[in-house]
Amino acid sequence: MISLNFPLDQKEILDLKIGDRILINGTIFTARDRAHQFLMEHHLGNIDNSIIYHCGPLIKDDLVISAGPTTSSRLNRYTPELIRKYGIKAIIGKGGMDDAVINSLMGKAVYLSAIGGAGITYAKTMRIKNAYNLEFGMSEAIWEFEVKDFPAIVTMDSRGNSLYKQIYKKSEAIFRNQLL
Amino acid sequence: MGLKDEIIRLFGETATQLPEDIIIALEKAERTEDDPISKDILGRILANVGQAKKESKPICQDTGIPIFYVEYPRIYSQEKLKRIIEDATAEATNIIPLRPNAVDSLTGENTGNKPFLHFEESDNLKIDLLLKGGGSENVSSIYQLPNSDINAGRDLDGVRRCILDSIFKAQGKGCPPYIVGVAIGGSIEEVAYLSKKQLLRKIDDKNTIDELNNFEECVLEQVNQLGIGPMGLGGKTTALSIKIENSMRHPASFFVGISIGCWCLRRQTL
Repeated sequence: MISLNFPLDQKEILDLKIGDRILINGTIFTARDRAHQFLMEHHLGNIDNSIIYHCGPLIKDDLVISAGPTTSSRLNRYTPELIRKYGIKAIIGKGGMDDAVINSLMGKAVYLSAIGGAGITYAKTMRIKNAYNLEFGMSEAIWEFEVKDFPAIVTMDSRGNSLYKQIYKKSEAIFRNQLL
Repeated sequence: MGLKDEIIRLFGETATQLPEDIIIALEKAERTEDDPISKDILGRILANVGQAKKESKPICQDTGIPIFYVEYPRIYSQEKLKRIIEDATAEATNIIPLRPNAVDSLTGENTGNKPFLHFEESDNLKIDLLLKGGGSENVSSIYQLPNSDINAGRDLDGVRRCILDSIFKAQGKGCPPYIVGVAIGGSIEEVAYLSKKQLLRKIDDKNTIDELNNFEECVLEQVNQLGIGPMGLGGKTTALSIKIENSMRHPASFFVGISIGCWCLRRQTL
């Protein structure tokens, strides 16, 4: 297990490869569909060079109760521009992202997978630092969390490799065969 | 304890405790996997499930859409039951807590939680609650046969092709290992309803029709050959179960509904 303290320097990010299991320390920002739309239309400076977490947390009385990842593919369309505009270093989510995102990660950033449904495991690593756009509602607001030992797996690296794509291709060959 | 409070308690149990049959299936899967990533994922899933129960906290932050299947004797009024469930949902949202998951599609305003209710008259009162996550709902679908894209005709082999196609397309987006409900029938709302209701069947529940029982086992094996695995990162366990229901159809129509549940399929009965 590799312990990573964000903000990382660029070399550490470029050295990460798919299959690496890591523990994240540092600041992360949640963003889902509506937050992405907002971040495209406005500029939230705090997010520059940071980590985006695809997550709509469950929060009560300023405590994070449960906060696993949401499906990343819904955010494919915003992500290349988000990485360019904010210099995002890492994205945490689940399910992987498309080829355009793989290209936009090249030489810049990585995609990390968290386990969907394991909400309490992640909540225990988090402390709320700040919240933006609370009018979007609990799940769509942008939450700034300080995390300690947040576990994740590198599944799309900065060299064009995607674990999801490898699995997809393997399963496609089997699927085509099953349809014969 | 009044019915409203019992329903609030049902919400709490459903959000924080994974049904025993699913835990057993996940434990078995964890023992079966030999790839370090898929084994690690299942281990963490099970640890999280244990923690949720111990601390009475929602297993997943997406506490889902509350779907109620209510069987009720005539002495109850449907209107009154509906009001009790709606009140219980609002209170449970604060108490458990549940994540507000009812967004107005026009204004974008999140108004709390809206229960979906299905009523059926019966001799005894029985309430099944399903908290259905959004990620797995997004990979559910309805097929119309024949379908030339997957060379599917109007028979069980055609249904098999639909199931494989839907899981292949879903990959890891809906939090596998999946629990799959299927229904064959003649109208879209019927196959949507019946396929989702199949998710209430326990993992080890056998289909009473031999042909369908064999079909369920055989297609499950094929789905697991796809190698999509836990969270779509590879492995032997892509689905934990497939359950199917057959229904009458119009001669012109042959619909196949496929409702996909995430591994965290939260269902409890009152």
